[in-house]
Amino acid sequence: MAVFPWHSRSRNYKAEFASCRLEAVPLEFGDYHPLKPITVTESKTKKVSRKGSTSSTSSSSSSSVLDPLSSVLDGTDPLSMFAATADPAATDSSRKRRDRDENSIVGSDFEPWANKRGEILARYTTTEKLSINLFMGSEKGKAGTVTSAMSEKVRTRLEELDDFEEGSQKELLNLTQQDYVNRIEELNQSLKDAWASDQKVKALKIVIQCSKLLSDTSVIQFYPSKFVLITDILDTFGKLVYERIFSMCVDNRSVLPDHFSPENVNDTAKETCLNWFFKIASIRELIPRFYVEASILKCNKFLSKTGISECLPRLTCMIRGIGDPLVSVYARAYLCRVGMEVAPHLKESLNKNFFDFLLTFKQIHGDTVQNQLVVQGVELPSYLPLYSPAMDWIFQCISYHAPEALLTEMMDRCKKLGNNALLLNSVMSAFRAEFIATRSMDFIGMIKECDESGFPKHLLFRSLGLNLALADPPEGDRLQILNEAWKVITKLKNPQDYINCAEVWVEYTCKHFTKREVNTVLADVIKHMTPDRAFEDSYPQLHSIIKKVIAHFHDFSVLFSVEKFLPFLDMFQKESVRVEVCKCIMEVFIKHQQEPTKDPVILNALLHVCKTMHDSVNALTLEDEKRMLAYLINGFIKMVSFGRDFEQQLSFYVEARSMFCNLEPVLVQLIHSVNRLAMETRKVMKGNHSRKTAAFVRACVAYCFITIPSLVGIFTRLNLYLHSGQVALANQCLSQADAFFKAAISLIPEVPKMINIDGKMRPSESFLLEFLCNFFSTLLIVPDHPEHGVLFLVRELLNVIQDYTWEDSSDDKIRIYTCVLHLLSAMSQENYLYHIDKVDSNDSLYGGDSKFLAENNKLCETVMAQILEHLKTLAKDEALKRQSSLGLSFFNSILAHGDLRNNRLNQLSVNLWHLAQRHGCADTRTMVKTLEYIKKRSKQPDMGHLTELALRLPLQTRT
Amino acid sequence: MGTSLDIKIKRANKVYHAGPIQIINSTIEMVKPGKFPSGKTEIPFEFPLHVKGNKVLYETYHGVFVNIQYTLRCDMRRSLLAKDLTKTCEFIVHSAPQKGKLTPSPVDFTITPETLQNVKERALLPKFLIRGHLNSTNCVITQPLTGELVVESSEAAIKSIELQLVRVETCGCAEGYARDATEIQNIQIADGDVCRSLSVPIYMVFPRLFTCPTLETTNFKVEFEVNIVVLLHADHLITENFPLKLCRM
Repeated sequence: MAVFPWHSRSRNYKAEFASCRLEAVPLEFGDYHPLKPITVTESKTKKVSRKGSTSSTSSSSSSSVLDPLSSVLDGTDPLSMFAATADPAATDSSRKRRDRDENSIVGSDFEPWANKRGEILARYTTTEKLSINLFMGSEKGKAGTVTSAMSEKVRTRLEELDDFEEGSQKELLNLTQQDYVNRIEELNQSLKDAWASDQKVKALKIVIQCSKLLSDTSVIQFYPSKFVLITDILDTFGKLVYERIFSMCVDNRSVLPDHFSPENVNDTAKETCLNWFFKIASIRELIPRFYVEASILKCNKFLSKTGISECLPRLTCMIRGIGDPLVSVYARAYLCRVGMEVAPHLKESLNKNFFDFLLTFKQIHGDTVQNQLVVQGVELPSYLPLYSPAMDWIFQCISYHAPEALLTEMMDRCKKLGNNALLLNSVMSAFRAEFIATRSMDFIGMIKECDESGFPKHLLFRSLGLNLALADPPEGDRLQILNEAWKVITKLKNPQDYINCAEVWVEYTCKHFTKREVNTVLADVIKHMTPDRAFEDSYPQLHSIIKKVIAHFHDFSVLFSVEKFLPFLDMFQKESVRVEVCKCIMEVFIKHQQEPTKDPVILNALLHVCKTMHDSVNALTLEDEKRMLAYLINGFIKMVSFGRDFEQQLSFYVEARSMFCNLEPVLVQLIHSVNRLAMETRKVMKGNHSRKTAAFVRACVAYCFITIPSLVGIFTRLNLYLHSGQVALANQCLSQADAFFKAAISLIPEVPKMINIDGKMRPSESFLLEFLCNFFSTLLIVPDHPEHGVLFLVRELLNVIQDYTWEDSSDDKIRIYTCVLHLLSAMSQENYLYHIDKVDSNDSLYGGDSKFLAENNKLCETVMAQILEHLKTLAKDEALKRQSSLGLSFFNSILAHGDLRNNRLNQLSVNLWHLAQRHGCADTRTMVKTLEYIKKRSKQPDMGHLTELALRLPLQTRT
Repeated sequence: MGTSLDIKIKRANKVYHAGPIQIINSTIEMVKPGKFPSGKTEIPFEFPLHVKGNKVLYETYHGVFVNIQYTLRCDMRRSLLAKDLTKTCEFIVHSAPQKGKLTPSPVDFTITPETLQNVKERALLPKFLIRGHLNSTNCVITQPLTGELVVESSEAAIKSIELQLVRVETCGCAEGYARDATEIQNIQIADGDVCRSLSVPIYMVFPRLFTCPTLETTNFKVEFEVNIVVLLHADHLITENFPLKLCRM
């Protein structure tokens, strides 16, 4: 094969640039321009009067473009128009309708039961053994004082019912809490199954048996959780029955609307519904009868409009028959729950439940309850909190959107009862925070008066604290409140009680007071939690305290000047918790720190925090976790600035490198930061380094040079070598730059075939191609070293490319060679396309020396030979398409960079054109466009020879 | 293929307005002799329950001694070669609601150890005072029995308070009178040691299957009573009995 010589086209970059540029046309004020900002001048809308005279003016300075928003305002805006024309009566009635709608649906500001569920299950647990007693059969032990002599018929009838699942009477003893929960879940499932298989009687029996479990108060600590579990089943049942009856109302013609009235319900549905109520009315025992009826309360809607409003008071009264005060308060809670769901506007029943509860309140201290507590070995302070979930719920239902007067009345009633701590607590848990907060001092007074032996006081203070975190007490009371509360809190002996309370009050303290008070509080917490390493059991609370403190102190210089903050952090001795806390702190820092800082207090503290995070990394740390930690540490590094003290800055980076050597992204960040520092220095010196700054810049370069090899990611290293080399070059550190580039070149053979990207193995060639192209652009301006041969870096790089094992099926190597050709062409120009200030590139070094150009051309020839060789190997069937596209791309390269006045080059390009079209693989449109381009180019000055070339390039028509 | 005969009554609880009648085999002819087309043939029918003399059309009632049952029989006579077909079916009769208003008959009651009868050792009984009232012992069968009960005091803890609905049938026969009392429903209204001085509602829905208006004829009687049963700890059982009069209005 003949060797083709290369002749670069000489370029006048400046002229080319000027010719490519669009003509600039000055823009007159008021002319249209798409990027001109739309300025809307004030648009005045007069207050809309009732009569409906509306006027609004709007104007826009850009007349040609209408701002869509202001254009709406042009004329009468639809809302004010509506307001003006609307008939006041109509508005009134529609408001009424809306009010009613709001009444019948509880708003989103009502905390739903679902939220409470988990909390209760988590809080009321037991290690004692539980039992479930299910009599799925009959009620054989019926108390009959009259001799039974039922007719045969009736007897068989009853037995038929009883026979259902006869023998499934069982008592499950010795269940652990988890077993119990599982059993209940099974029951819930079997209820659904029974229902689905049309065994309605069995379903009812399951529900009755389950609600019967609620009359059992053995293992009383578990009762609230039991209530949660069993009422879940009841809810399921209620829903099933309602949906079933609802579906019966749907006939072929129409579906019942959501707000239907009983007249729309057909007879069959009514009859079925009535049957359910009759069946439930005959349940012998009070508690199951109550719960099951309450669960299908909503079904009253099918029977009559007033059904629910008649039923609720009756059910409320019915609860009076429940002797055990705990069982009865939970029954009330359930009724309120169902009531709020079905008919939230019926407030009287809610209130009645509350007042009835107050009437029975004294029972708690009665003999029956006390005896029971003795038998079960439960103390009053742990018994009373069992009431809280139910009471809180009832109180919450009542206080929802309740007038202030009602709340005051409720509070007064509570006050009148002896040992009202329990009530007080529920008042504080359920009432609006604002209501409580404004009366904080009253509450503190009441809490103080409470009986020590009853409801635990720390719970009361906790509840009060929770309110104060949400709403602010009167300005004047604030300090006194804190003092009064903390006086009590600090006296709490049990660390758990203490920390639960303190955790809540920290929020209040942070919100209203300065670092002095916060410091005192933190000191107190440390004092309480340190003995016997009590902090070990309270990490969540301590963590929450930290979160609250940092949420309020965004200024980290203030935060770290809180003396006890760092000692507080020392309490987190378990590493995982410690790291979590550190992460929180860093997150807040990154989010809120606006200005870079050099405050030594912040730096020391945060370096310590970051070090803690960094040191937690080990072989088992997950990638995500590492990424998160690195992100946080990087955020910190970016925020550190010593201003003009660059040396201090560099020594900080040195220190950071030694601290965070295990996190690659942090090292990468540090290298970038140091590079940036070098460029900053250059900027300050306006490019003229003094001896001192030159030395400093070299120190920066050295930092990068020794840091990069410690990284693992191969492309990270390559790119950083290139980048740092560029920085070194920009700072006139030529030999250092050479060292970077050489290092990069010697690293290329190590690039593996496949690399791991986001957990997936991908071929690396495309990344290598991208890197090399980037590298070539830099190499253009790297001046040759006087002691090495001409273009030594390019040669070395070519050798490496030559030796690299490329994928057989790809043409990347040839693409790279094509790029090298471009580079060499650019290098042979008299003036290079770009330069670095104060660095003489080869153009000025060699000054167009013919020997240099000859070397250059020789290299070109070698490269071209390689390309042509490769094109030849592609002459096989399956590779023809590749040959065509590669050929065309080579053609384009010659067109762009080669001097086509040279005959052989000209001939080569014609050959390539034919090659591209030879096997019909070329895209005709591309070929046409290319030809058009050549013709257009030929019209430019000095390009006349292209006309002749164009004539020699035939277009192949496809047949 | 055999031929079958079936009777379907659209509403089992349709009310037949009727005054006093005599119960006889009143017969109507539904179809004139002829031939049915093959397949299912539905023949709608309706006939009044004829009244005769001064007999009463009692409500359907299934008891121990007394049964009042109404049946419908359909006969299909066929040609000599085929057997005649017969089908019977029960239908339920509710008497027409009585005109006029029910006069309420409220009852107040007080139960103490002293008011009890049939006590062996009155001294052993713990002290208690239970007061209450029934809103009416004349009850409409479709309306619940209502009232209130207050445990004013009780030395012993209360276990349970129940309402026991009892039906009493009496009928005359050769040997004299037979009387049978059956518990037909038991409803607990208080469970556990209820709060003192707080009224507990008395509320019981009459079961549809086992109750009918109180019935008194020359031959038999069906009557109802309610017992208020209080169970104290140590298994003391106190029962207070109230006769009821049920009617349909």
